[in-house]
Amino acid sequence: MIDFVGKRYWYFLLSAIIIIPGIISLAIFGLKPGIDFRSGTNMTLNFSPSVEESQLRQSLASLGYADAVVQHTAAGDFLIRLREITTDERQELVGGVETALGSTVTVRDFAVVSPVIASQTARNAAIAVVIAAVGILFYITWAFRRMPKSLRWGTCAVIALIHDVLVVLGIFSILGWLAGVEVDALFITGMLTVAGYSVHDTIVVFDRIRENMTKGISQDFEMTVNLSIVQTLTRSLNTSLTVLVVLAALFLLGGVTIHYFILVLLIGVTTGTYSSICNASQLLIVWEKQEWGRFIGRKPHPAQALR
Amino acid sequence: MRRRNRYLLILILILFGFSLWAILPLNSQKLGRNGFQLGLDLKGGSYLLYEADLTKKDPSQTDAQVMDAVQQKIERRVNAYGVTEPIIQVQGNNRILVQLPGVKDINEALKLIGQVALLEFKEEKLDAQGNPVRDDKGNPQWVIATATGTNGQEEELTGKYLKPNVQVVVNQQTVQPEVAFEWNSEGATLFEQITKRDLNKPLGIFLDNELISAPTVQAVISDRGVITGVTLDEGKKLAVQLNSGSLDVPLKIIQQTDVDATLGADSLSRSLRAGLIGIALIMLFMIAYYRLPGFVAAVALCIYASLLLAIFKLLPVTLTLPGIAGFIISTGMAVDANVLIFERMKEELRVGRTVGMAVEEGFRRAWPSIRDSNVSTFITCVILYWFGNTFGAFMVKGFAITLFLGVAVSMFSAIMITRTFLNLLVGSELAKGLLLRSAK
Repeated sequence: MIDFVGKRYWYFLLSAIIIIPGIISLAIFGLKPGIDFRSGTNMTLNFSPSVEESQLRQSLASLGYADAVVQHTAAGDFLIRLREITTDERQELVGGVETALGSTVTVRDFAVVSPVIASQTARNAAIAVVIAAVGILFYITWAFRRMPKSLRWGTCAVIALIHDVLVVLGIFSILGWLAGVEVDALFITGMLTVAGYSVHDTIVVFDRIRENMTKGISQDFEMTVNLSIVQTLTRSLNTSLTVLVVLAALFLLGGVTIHYFILVLLIGVTTGTYSSICNASQLLIVWEKQEWGRFIGRKPHPAQALR
Repeated sequence: MRRRNRYLLILILILFGFSLWAILPLNSQKLGRNGFQLGLDLKGGSYLLYEADLTKKDPSQTDAQVMDAVQQKIERRVNAYGVTEPIIQVQGNNRILVQLPGVKDINEALKLIGQVALLEFKEEKLDAQGNPVRDDKGNPQWVIATATGTNGQEEELTGKYLKPNVQVVVNQQTVQPEVAFEWNSEGATLFEQITKRDLNKPLGIFLDNELISAPTVQAVISDRGVITGVTLDEGKKLAVQLNSGSLDVPLKIIQQTDVDATLGADSLSRSLRAGLIGIALIMLFMIAYYRLPGFVAAVALCIYASLLLAIFKLLPVTLTLPGIAGFIISTGMAVDANVLIFERMKEELRVGRTVGMAVEEGFRRAWPSIRDSNVSTFITCVILYWFGNTFGAFMVKGFAITLFLGVAVSMFSAIMITRTFLNLLVGSELAKGLLLRSAK
């Protein structure tokens, strides 16, 4: 049988290697707020015949939008970000660019968010995240209410959840300054879905540990956990695989609007599966065996060092 | 037992047939037009959130009354503009959500909806000697015209006394468009006094404090009049606005999202293709890995998908791009229940149980995991629905709804459809053998 639990500190190390750069990036750069949280205007313009990015920038500057951010999209359109503008200003802008560049403009999409809405969205997002975390913690505690120390199971599942959330947040923070990827309301949606999925996966493993404990398969908690992980391994991998396959299809072939939303889910499902196998259950053992000393550098107990 | 399974099979087939009947034909427009409600991001259109300035309201009315009135007036304007299936909702205390699917010229529509459209009649301001006052540039100064109403009070003459039959006509002599209007009896009383007083003087007609025209009063008129100095398009818009009544408070756009219809159609077909490819891959994987049970799962997945689509159509659920993603992801998760059950079945077979018992035990033991693990997704969906609802992000809401329904139906599908199929297969020796082999 594969020994999962013996290598638990290697798994924790791998998690740390992935998470720490993300946390550093989060601390220094944070996340790049999208229009939903920042307020302003996003518009995608299509030019026929097509124009040069520099020309467009120039004509925008001459119309008084010198600080507009212009990006060329993969589809050959231009994504323009600027301050909040009114309907009249929009008409002037489009008309002005059309005359200046001698090209017909189609507004593919256009979004304006005022500061009121932006701050409200940010507040609601924060509330949603907190409620989700508390709700899930209570649910897990309830689901394992018949187990001794049910709060412990809940805490381990939530630590795994926080792990998954941090992985996604970190990667998006890095993508933010590397590729200008922004965080919007759909990102929050993706994060919450990842949180739900992370717990979903953890529960399946925990359920098996619970079952094996009540069956009394082994007196050794470590053995029980390892057996449970091995027993649920195929299921964990197969399920993640099926979800990842559909997500990959959506990511590669789906619409542009949900591109980064799907990326959140892709990363989240991957790390969610990893953390339920390699973190959540292993943490139960660390807790059970009171191995906290290892974290602060004390020498492991000889009996544990033998394995 | 066998008999129960037969009944269940019949029930499943009826449900499947019904759901197919509900969703077919998909027709040439793919999922559109034929009953599926598509969100703005898929069919194109405009999503607007207005904030009303309630400090400007008539103090005798409550906020709710004002918002109700504004909503009704916007509805009338939108309907007159000819938008199909618009959504106009009051949100919170002072917000109005307007969704306009498939609007071509959004700027025109915005002007039509958002303008207060307060029509006022004003007289030139006179000095103590009775001469008109001019500003530095020689422009006349205007004051709102008042007259004694039927109740003996001084009333201002505004658009609220108009009959709702304002229309654009073309003047036979000038060949210019004019907006023809009629006063109700109160308006007629006021208008008569004012035209009498202002005979041979200009009368300024203002829309939202902007002078449209200033004709000279040539006769005492009471019941009707025309507004000149407008283009045909302006005239039509003005007629719509005057007929719906002026908005009681000014509105400001605080959130707007417009999607081009072609972009929406493109997103829809791309996502559908991606979804179909993804689901086909899942089915292939299930059949390759689990063989006979995998095939059963693939069939169950087809029934699951058609049931879910039928629910989307009949409820109806407005499908958005993230919503379709939610549907496709839930398909992936629906397989999870099957995987859990099959893995359990294999274990039971390995410890030497009979095929029939393994199937039953597999379901019985996998069920708590299926139930418990999905509850966390339900919790997230409910929170997401709230999150999407409070600030009106239809995209987030769409995802929450489809994922929730998807997971719910997937539990039903695992416990009813897959189970019934497998139980029926256990009856055949050939299938039994295949099931046994799949465990090795």
